[in-house]
Amino acid sequence: MGYILEMRDICKSFGEVEALRHVDFAVGTNEIVGLLGDNGAGKSTLIKIITGYHYPDSGEFYFNDEKMEHLTVARVRQLGIETVYQERALADLQPLWRNIFMGRELSGPLGFLDVDKMRQETQRLMVGSMGFTSSAVMPESVVGSFSGGEKQGVAIVRALHFQAELIILDEPTMGLSLSETRKLLDFVRDIKKAGKACIFIDHNVFHVYSVADRVVVLDRGAVAGQFSTKNITLDQLMDKMYRVAQTGSLD
Amino acid sequence: MASCNEERPQPGNLTRFARRYGLQIGIVLVAVIVWVLFLIGSPQTFLSFPMYQAFMSTTPFFAMMALPLTLVIIAAEIDLSFPSVMAFGMTIFTLVLGATNSLTLAFIGCLLAGLLAGVVNGLLVARIGVPSLVATIGTQFFWRGVVLVVTGGNGRSLVPAQGSLLYNTLVGRLAGRIPAQMIWTIIVAIVVWLFLNRHKFGAHVYLIGDNIESAKLMGVNAARTKLLVFAIMGVVAAFAGLVVSLEVLYFWPTMGEGYLMSTLSSVFLGGTSVFGGVGTIFGTFVASFIIGAINGGIVAAGLAGFWTQLIYGLIIVASVSMHAVLRRRLA
Repeated sequence: MGYILEMRDICKSFGEVEALRHVDFAVGTNEIVGLLGDNGAGKSTLIKIITGYHYPDSGEFYFNDEKMEHLTVARVRQLGIETVYQERALADLQPLWRNIFMGRELSGPLGFLDVDKMRQETQRLMVGSMGFTSSAVMPESVVGSFSGGEKQGVAIVRALHFQAELIILDEPTMGLSLSETRKLLDFVRDIKKAGKACIFIDHNVFHVYSVADRVVVLDRGAVAGQFSTKNITLDQLMDKMYRVAQTGSLD
Repeated sequence: MASCNEERPQPGNLTRFARRYGLQIGIVLVAVIVWVLFLIGSPQTFLSFPMYQAFMSTTPFFAMMALPLTLVIIAAEIDLSFPSVMAFGMTIFTLVLGATNSLTLAFIGCLLAGLLAGVVNGLLVARIGVPSLVATIGTQFFWRGVVLVVTGGNGRSLVPAQGSLLYNTLVGRLAGRIPAQMIWTIIVAIVVWLFLNRHKFGAHVYLIGDNIESAKLMGVNAARTKLLVFAIMGVVAAFAGLVVSLEVLYFWPTMGEGYLMSTLSSVFLGGTSVFGGVGTIFGTFVASFIIGAINGGIVAAGLAGFWTQLIYGLIIVASVSMHAVLRRRLA
């Protein structure tokens, strides 16, 4: 199996703080990779480098074995990497359709918007993928009035709509109800079935273990270790996570 | 059972319309009320055409600038430098006119000066990261200083421009009655509306004003969008400066100072939120004429001109406070 994404020797500092130290990280073409680590381990920084939001101080970035330089958010999305951010990246005062197409509005050659098409497409996604049956939710509804689960639904459907090859989920279960969490985990399994790849980040080891093919553990800005979920039991993984948190080493 | 959902009472079309266009409906109602009050107050003045001709002649001076200023404020920024940019554009206009004797070149020079001033604001805010409130107070003083140094504080007559093509196009009277600047204001309104509501640029203006972090994460080029917003503001301010000067056929180096309050209050009264992300061109357009009417009405009602400043200040504070309250309720 080849890699859809490969990052070598990534370093990133913010002033005095070394957020990432010589990190190697890769995702297979049809692999679900769980990314685990305590607060401040560098998970979000790594994700924001992959999505082109931060630029690494050093290191190499390969997409489908091709070396990439000077990545921007727009370029990364063009490559087919979609992200559902922890902070959801929504604009609360704007209508649903503007949020779905944020940063990638459908437009003609001169940049004029195809508003009707975006509204129709939003309507279709609402009924089809988001499962919004409430008649109070319309493409014109302002996103700020939605519940936490509904907002998460919007963020996920937005990622799905654009035919992603690699979907990054950053703390997607935060603030979700039990049934919403279950739906989300099923959704991750569907990514696998569809032959696509996913990076799944969560505080909850159970969630990650139940869907991931491989788990990468970050600690204080470096990769502490990685395991195939086939070769490790949940108890062993939990054990190792505690040890890393306390001693900084897996064994 | 499956059809249950569909049979649930849907919010009526009227309710939905009211919710979506609430602010716009509100501002039209305010306009009508103000008009009726003035009509009762001095029927002779407000039932004859000259009053409206005066409106259409003077309101465009600031209405024109309130339109692009709406974009700036929707993007959660502010521009306080435009009064000086009006004068700076005219300074370049008179310089070029003196050197070349060509109104066309002077006109182009004027707009380029506005563009330069706008781009400087944009670079300070979007690239260097100076808060726009401070940056544009700074450039307001700077450009006024440039104007005073270059002109030596002396005004200049523009009487030779009277009757020229430029004069007739910008401030002539259509059919002998409608001031051309009114037509220009409507054109600016339509163009700005089109770009705000039907173009990627406008979509990005709303997004960066609403939540700039989200917008950046989703690939919106926030710096470029802000730069463009300030650039447009600069060009329109210079254009408005030219319109004002041609209308009175004189350029005063202190020009513009009187327009700060009326322009800002038009935008805020029109329902644009000082917190960004919310605002309409329609609201600003209607509100400009309310502000213009208040100005005219105060004079017609026999009150001293000092009252205008008091009332504009009150309008700004009241509309900004209203948005703060609405926002807290939504959160």
